[in-house]
Amino acid sequence: MLRALLSDDLPRSRLLALALLVVVVGLAVAPFAFPGAKSLNVAAKICVFIVLAASFDLLLGYTGIVSFAHTMFFGIGAYGVAIALTRMGPEWLAVGVGVVAGLVVAIALAALIGLFSLRVRTIFFAMITLAVASAFAILASQLPALTGGEDGLNYRLPAALRASYSLADGTLFGVRLNGRLVDYYLVYACSLLLVLALLRVVNSPFGSVLMAIRENPFRAEAIGYRTVVYRTIASCIAAAVAALAGALLALWSSQTNPDTTLSFDIMVDILLMVVIGGMGTIYGAVLGAVLLVFAQNYLQDLLAIANKAMAGTPLLANLFHPDRWLLWLGVAFILCVYFFPTGIVGSLRNRAARKLTS
Amino acid sequence: MTETLLSLRGVKTDIGRYHILHGVDFDVPEGRLTMLLGRNGAGKTTTLRTIMGLWRAVAGEIVFAGENITRMSTPDIARLGIAYVPETMAIFADLTVQENIVLAARSGPPDSARLDWIFGRFEALKRFWTLPAGNLSGGQKQMLAVARAIIEPRRLLLIDEPTKGLAPAIIANMIDAFRELKDGAVSLLVVEQNFAFARALGDDVAVMDDGRVAHVGTMAAFAADTGLQQHLLGLGMGEHQ
Amino acid sequence: MKRDWIPLVLVPAVAVAALPLVGSPSSWVTLTLAGLAMGLMIFVMASGLTLTFGLMDVLNFGHGAFIAVGAYVAASVMLAMTPWMTADSLWTNLVAVGPAVLAAIVVSGALGLGFERVIVRPVYGQHLRQILVTTGGLIVAEQLLKVIWGPEQITLSRPTALRGAFLWGDVAIEKYRLLAVVVGLAVFAVLAITLNRTRIGLLIRAGVENGEMVEALGYRIRRLFVGVFVAGSALAGLGGAMWGLYQETITAAIGAQVAVLVFIVIIIGGLGSVGGCFIGALLVGLTANYVGFIAPKVALGSNILLMALVLLWRPQGLFPVARR
Repeated sequence: MLRALLSDDLPRSRLLALALLVVVVGLAVAPFAFPGAKSLNVAAKICVFIVLAASFDLLLGYTGIVSFAHTMFFGIGAYGVAIALTRMGPEWLAVGVGVVAGLVVAIALAALIGLFSLRVRTIFFAMITLAVASAFAILASQLPALTGGEDGLNYRLPAALRASYSLADGTLFGVRLNGRLVDYYLVYACSLLLVLALLRVVNSPFGSVLMAIRENPFRAEAIGYRTVVYRTIASCIAAAVAALAGALLALWSSQTNPDTTLSFDIMVDILLMVVIGGMGTIYGAVLGAVLLVFAQNYLQDLLAIANKAMAGTPLLANLFHPDRWLLWLGVAFILCVYFFPTGIVGSLRNRAARKLTS
Repeated sequence: MTETLLSLRGVKTDIGRYHILHGVDFDVPEGRLTMLLGRNGAGKTTTLRTIMGLWRAVAGEIVFAGENITRMSTPDIARLGIAYVPETMAIFADLTVQENIVLAARSGPPDSARLDWIFGRFEALKRFWTLPAGNLSGGQKQMLAVARAIIEPRRLLLIDEPTKGLAPAIIANMIDAFRELKDGAVSLLVVEQNFAFARALGDDVAVMDDGRVAHVGTMAAFAADTGLQQHLLGLGMGEHQ
Repeated sequence: MKRDWIPLVLVPAVAVAALPLVGSPSSWVTLTLAGLAMGLMIFVMASGLTLTFGLMDVLNFGHGAFIAVGAYVAASVMLAMTPWMTADSLWTNLVAVGPAVLAAIVVSGALGLGFERVIVRPVYGQHLRQILVTTGGLIVAEQLLKVIWGPEQITLSRPTALRGAFLWGDVAIEKYRLLAVVVGLAVFAVLAITLNRTRIGLLIRAGVENGEMVEALGYRIRRLFVGVFVAGSALAGLGGAMWGLYQETITAAIGAQVAVLVFIVIIIGGLGSVGGCFIGALLVGLTANYVGFIAPKVALGSNILLMALVLLWRPQGLFPVARR
């Protein structure tokens, strides 16, 4: 039954399976195991970014496309819900309309970009997506009537998701059973479903064709697969899932702005997540997302210790300044591309495979 | 007995995951024109490219004038005195005819005696001297490609399908040009599909089949053996491709 | 450079078309000068990148790092020489600006050398990994800039003699922009002469078309690659220094911000073509400034639209370089 759930894509490594189990269970009990608004926020953010990174892995790892516009779809999904909730009030209908609108725009845009530029070389496409994403980000901040401009939109969530909503009286393990809990489990459940759905997609015949195209597009074309069509469909699926991730984020935090959804920093983050975690595995995106979000929050503390220790030499101290966590992750990223192209997941699986044969 | 200028022993070349050459053995004698024949896909172009170092042999040995060039880089191989005229001619279309030739004349300004010979044989090059080479017709581009290969003295010319797509009159011109080249102490290894050309010019022949050399010998003997031609090439050399 | 004329008239065409839209001739002159200055600065930054791509099939997504480094180094030198910068005489100012720019060029070039050896060389021919690794390089470089110079933005004032504008009736011609145009055109002239009249230029032009054949002619083109890469990064440093003076505030993200425009320019121009890059840069600069005046909200979008229009007309850019 587990095999069917994971679409036959087993972890193939005890350590990996353990890690994944810890993540799934940890996130499931997060409200109770790590009480407090801040940790719940981190947990929800991890859920959303797992989905976003996994959708990016579909593009990068499985189809071999580098698109710097991926966060654009994330933003479209988030703004779809945000705008709907702002305009139509805190109703579930608004949520539905917002989600659907976001999906439609994301898929249409992905199809347009795909058909227009997937005929061109990888590098060309990467540059074009970079340009389009930049333009979109600026556009979003320039249309305050629609998007609330630089400050974004603040809106109220449907009643069931608000802190004031009471699911039941009293507390469970010291945690109040209110709308925030409902909200969290909504995000968690949807994230889980989306990841499982992606596993289904990449392990289907469609996924196999994608991987064939990634390895050798000319051969795939020669065999008869219209690579542009397949790549475009993959782009659309990835864009749709990214938009859904955005919608989840909008449903979790009652505000949406360009910084949290469209900035290039997010693009860099998911790139790091997928590459360090392991391209083309989906599980890599899961681990990578957890790792990166933790690093953002806790690596900084580690760095702060080193920073204090080196207070004597300003230059060295600056290297270890907490704000420079991205420097170290960037170095890790480069090292991964060179020495661990299969990322954490790949390395774990290789270890497990070697143990089997030795 | 003529010296062997170039010899290949057990050369295997892979392209990606595909094994193209399965152990090529043959010699190119000095001062003669060796024709490399074979069906499409037999590995003729791959052999030339491997000699030139554009593709790396995974096994075997290539020796040129006593030096082992199997692992040498392409520029170093060229500097030993080997010129290469690819099937695609590889003309620099944005450069003028003059610039193409100047580039090929690595050691200094092009030698005027050689230029005169080239203009005499390929007068179109003189006409288009200062125009972009991309404007030349197919036959003229081929002339330019050959001219580039001989603008400076070379010991060995590797030429891939010089008559491909050319009109008969131009081919006749080529045959004359190559005959004159041969007389001047240059060794040639030519891949060809045009049998009239091959028969007219070849001194020796090596026939490839499926990544290996299936037959070596003199052209005279091969031209006389229609059964062998049929077997190795699928057609008699009396017929045009 | 190709001899078809349509792309060549695009720049004057856009300028002329903008005149009625802008309305007042004096504003038009100001905007045109601003557009040319901006365009030429981007050209300086982009020319190396397009040649590197044409020659080596390498696209350095970390190119913005060279731009940023150039800006920071130049700023440091100029800030250290504030007395010369604030003096009234142009020549005294140049005593500060000259070394600053030179330092920017040298440091960026040196960074380029290191970048090529450490980051780019291991991934020749593997486009996906190239994109990833050079993006990583950009991230690390930006962070290192913050380590060395601190995360706050740096304010850099233009030297006194280059502030303000020449007034010509109604028309204001900004002095700095004029200088930028002169420098940009000088760089273009040097590049054009090098490419068209020297043997190295011949090698580069041939190598962009077919590097393999150049090798088969006996040239060790690998060394040329490194040279072009370093020259490109040095030029990026120069452009960064100029851009820093133009913007007058410098942050670590300056490289990445301009890099988007650089990419748009080389796509429009055609990867590998310096001439195309030149025209593309001018088009982008002019468009950004005209649209910035006529409809400010659409400015960056206008460049994307321009890119899309050019690609619809010529999918490989204005002057596609013949590929093998």
